[in-house]
Amino acid sequence: MADLTTNFVGIKSPNPFWLASAPPTDKEYNVRRAFEAGWGGVVWKTLGAEGPPVVNVNGPRYGAVWGADRRLLGLNNIELITDRPLSVNLEEMTRVKKDYPDRALIASVMVPCEEDAWKEIIPRIAETGCDGFELNFGCPHGMAERGMGSAVGQVPEYIEMVTRWCKEATDLPVIVKLTPNITNILNPAQAAKDGGADAVSLINTINSITSVNLDSMSPEPMIDGKGTHGGYCGPAVKPIALNMVAEIARSSGTRGMPISGIGGVTTWRDAAEFIALGAGNVQVCTAAMTYGFKVVQEMISGLSQWMDENGHTSVESIVGRAVPNVTDWQYLNLNHVTKARISQDDCIKCGRCFAACEDTSHQAITMSEDRVFEVQDDECVACNLCVNVCPVENCITMETLPAGMVDERTGKTVSDDYANWTTHPNNPGATAAE
Amino acid sequence: MTRHIRESGVRAGRLDTENVQANFTDLHPPYDPHEAVVAADRCYFCHDAPCMTACPTSIDIPLFIRQIATGTPDAAAKTILEQNILGGMCARVCPTETLCEEVCVRETAEGKPVEIGRLQRFATDTLMDKDVHPFERASETGKKVAVVGAGPAGLSAAHRLAMLGHNVVVFESRPKGGGLNEFGIAAYKSTNDFAQQELDWLLSIGGIEMRYGQALGDAISLPSLQQDFDAVFLGMGLSAVNALSLDGEDTANVSDAVSFISDLRQADDLTALPIGRRVVVIGGGMTAVDAGVQAKLLGAEDVTIVYRRGQSAMAASAFEQDLAQQKGVRLICNAAPVGIEGHGKLTGVTFAYTEVQGGKLVTTDETFTLPADQLFKAIGQTLGDMPEALTLAGRKISVDDAGQTNVPGVWAGGDCASGGDDLTVTAVAEGRDAAMDIHATLMGAN
Ligand SMILES: Cc1cc2nc3c(=O)[nH]c(=O)nc-3n(C[C@H](O)[C@H](O)[C@H](O)COP(=O)(O)OP(=O)(O)OC[C@H]3O[C@@H](n4cnc5c(N)ncnc54)[C@H](O)[C@@H]3O)c2cc1C
Ligand SMILES: Cc1cc2nc3c(=O)[nH]c(=O)nc-3n(C[C@H](O)[C@H](O)[C@H](O)COP(=O)(O)O)c2cc1C
Ligand code: SF4
Repeated sequence: MADLTTNFVGIKSPNPFWLASAPPTDKEYNVRRAFEAGWGGVVWKTLGAEGPPVVNVNGPRYGAVWGADRRLLGLNNIELITDRPLSVNLEEMTRVKKDYPDRALIASVMVPCEEDAWKEIIPRIAETGCDGFELNFGCPHGMAERGMGSAVGQVPEYIEMVTRWCKEATDLPVIVKLTPNITNILNPAQAAKDGGADAVSLINTINSITSVNLDSMSPEPMIDGKGTHGGYCGPAVKPIALNMVAEIARSSGTRGMPISGIGGVTTWRDAAEFIALGAGNVQVCTAAMTYGFKVVQEMISGLSQWMDENGHTSVESIVGRAVPNVTDWQYLNLNHVTKARISQDDCIKCGRCFAACEDTSHQAITMSEDRVFEVQDDECVACNLCVNVCPVENCITMETLPAGMVDERTGKTVSDDYANWTTHPNNPGATAAE
Repeated sequence: MTRHIRESGVRAGRLDTENVQANFTDLHPPYDPHEAVVAADRCYFCHDAPCMTACPTSIDIPLFIRQIATGTPDAAAKTILEQNILGGMCARVCPTETLCEEVCVRETAEGKPVEIGRLQRFATDTLMDKDVHPFERASETGKKVAVVGAGPAGLSAAHRLAMLGHNVVVFESRPKGGGLNEFGIAAYKSTNDFAQQELDWLLSIGGIEMRYGQALGDAISLPSLQQDFDAVFLGMGLSAVNALSLDGEDTANVSDAVSFISDLRQADDLTALPIGRRVVVIGGGMTAVDAGVQAKLLGAEDVTIVYRRGQSAMAASAFEQDLAQQKGVRLICNAAPVGIEGHGKLTGVTFAYTEVQGGKLVTTDETFTLPADQLFKAIGQTLGDMPEALTLAGRKISVDDAGQTNVPGVWAGGDCASGGDDLTVTAVAEGRDAAMDIHATLMGAN
């Protein structure tokens, strides 16, 4: 069996699956059970300053988006940071870390944007024996209105400043958790790096309204007739998170900075994808909230089976494997020509490909009287829409035209030379190819 | 040679090869990968799942289905086989409609459970087709354990013991292993010689020596086993059958359903197997249904199963009763046999209707006679001769929860032992659990 142990910025854990800072890690009872179920580490639910804890609403905190068969695809929450006293959390963290020395225990922290506040709390938390810190600059609701969470995370200068304070206050690794509620993820990531952060983790939740109650005319979740935007997470946010992770992993300023990947990780495959795009480990919240702690067992067995089958001996050896293949549009090979192919053996004749192509794409699929659907190569632009709307996996596939063949749509012979937009004759700014 | 179909008497070749082959294909055909993913998708990954509790071997069903859903059927197979080394056979033969699938929450929600049995088959077939054995033996303990009987109970015990590092010798009276997997299970449940394939695959763990043609009570005795081995596990199943106690029971073409099924399972060419034109089966369990259905599939024109109590009391599940009726087998309930007709040449069987009077089943004066040229008795199997030292509980070897008999150092499980239903999966569970207890005892933990 493949070796799943990871060493993330010096923090060791038996596998790359950590629970993200959220309700699953809110207390000793949960965390012990999570460790028993097999989780490699936890980021404890975000701690706030000493004093009266925050209060949560007493009505529904969650809204949801479902797919077919009521599968939970997206979850939205208006919960705040921990609403339990700091001292209670610290005592519990100390006990848990003592009993599970081989698991990672990270303290997530959010206090007001003042040097003393951070410098006072960090050493105090370090006494628990925790393995590192995660600075929560991401929470998009409630805390942001008080100048914390994403209110800090949206201002790169603040990120850099607070990170520096924390690095001055501790020798333990400091991970900066980023909010996706910005236009360019590179700015906060760069700020974290400049402030001396050991790593970034992303994403926190995305500002959202999941649905509107049309009887009461208020957003859900509704509290006494009113609702507010909440943080969106779960499978639906994975594509957004993957892109942000990849951008940090491939950009010159931030390349090489350790990343803890978060956002919609539900199966081993999601985790492998984050890792391939540069994450050193992953954090999970919604999948645990949907299926319970046991869900990690599939992640562990699946990742190790896939690694075994593909000869990957360690998690480290797959980190960032896909990063070199993430590029800008302008560098994609315009001489690569593909055509859709419909397998008549697999086709169940629903006609969805036809509707999609005929009404919204390039009229490249024909339908005969007895419902045989065929691709016309002289019209097919290879957009992939038919593949994506077909209900039968692998029924429609994309075939690459070999060099020397004529693309019936353009009448041009396919070349195996690489050529992209930067050299294309239609590009006014094109530089002639060498 | 379909001309035989309406010829009376017990004859071979009532159907041609093509029809017989079509009749005996898989009852629950295997899923293709796409079907498996669609089926797996329906599982809700329940907490403390009812299906898992209902499985006698406690397979982690939600986990293995999730592993199928996420494209790792090999990992799914391992999850299954860790709990149930005959998970491949159980996927084919378990009456899931009364076990895991009966309690599936989607049965509650929609009257249509997740098809756990077929998903289990998909996972185990995927792994076994690659000829992968996912377990390794622990280092040798130097202990020797004798297992009597190579049925599901014995094989499950032998595998677990070998895996834990013990050396195992299996004594099997027949020339072939598998027990009822090989000789009893309906042919349309275990196609393509699966029982022998699974046996070979199971033995590939190593550390298990098979000695065929060696019967306890014949070539070997319990005291000799106790002397030569550190522990003994008995998994002999039920080798005797109950009798009707009617005159004429020794008439030609009156036989036990289990021997008919055994002949059928061992036949190289099913068209060469003789079957009657009008077949009567007496009984109400799985064996009766299997005998009746297979008689029909061989080309018998009329097949009637007659059961002495009401239909709801039948041991065969509702699914099996439906299957029988769907194959054209007639079911008559509340009638008990009172006479075998035809002086030396079977012509019919006479039944009397029954009633429950004062809590007791009694026959009434009202009778009827079914014409028959073949009669199968499926009224239950029972324990064969047992070593005297063993205490019995009713008609089974008495064992405690860990499978220990009254004789120190001797364990028993499966159909021959008390407790549990007479099912393949129960035999596997009992064999495995006894092996764990044997291990604990031999290694000094008990
Ligand atoms: C016709 C029929 C159909 C069935 N269908 C199903 C089904 O669809 N699903 C299901 O779950 N269950 C079914 N069952 C029940 C199931 O087959 C049994 O519960 C299961 O096989 C019991 O396993 P076992 O190992 O205890 O015994 P067996 O399978 O009976 O194996 C016992 C082994 O011990 C050997 N043996 C016996 N005596 C001796 C001796 N003295 N010395 C050495 N070896 C000996 C036998 O030859 C045999 O190989 C069916 C049973 C029958 C009879
Ligand atoms: C109810 C809830 C509460 C959360 N609370 C916190 C928090 O206190 N601190 C934090 O850093 N992130 C918090 N998060 C965000 C998660 O840690 C995580 O970044 C996000 O849910 C995306 O991961 P997922 O798609 O696996 O859920 C919370 C998420 C949820 C659903
Ligand atoms: S999960 Fe349901 S029962 Fe539990 S606290 Fe929330 S609303 Fe209450």
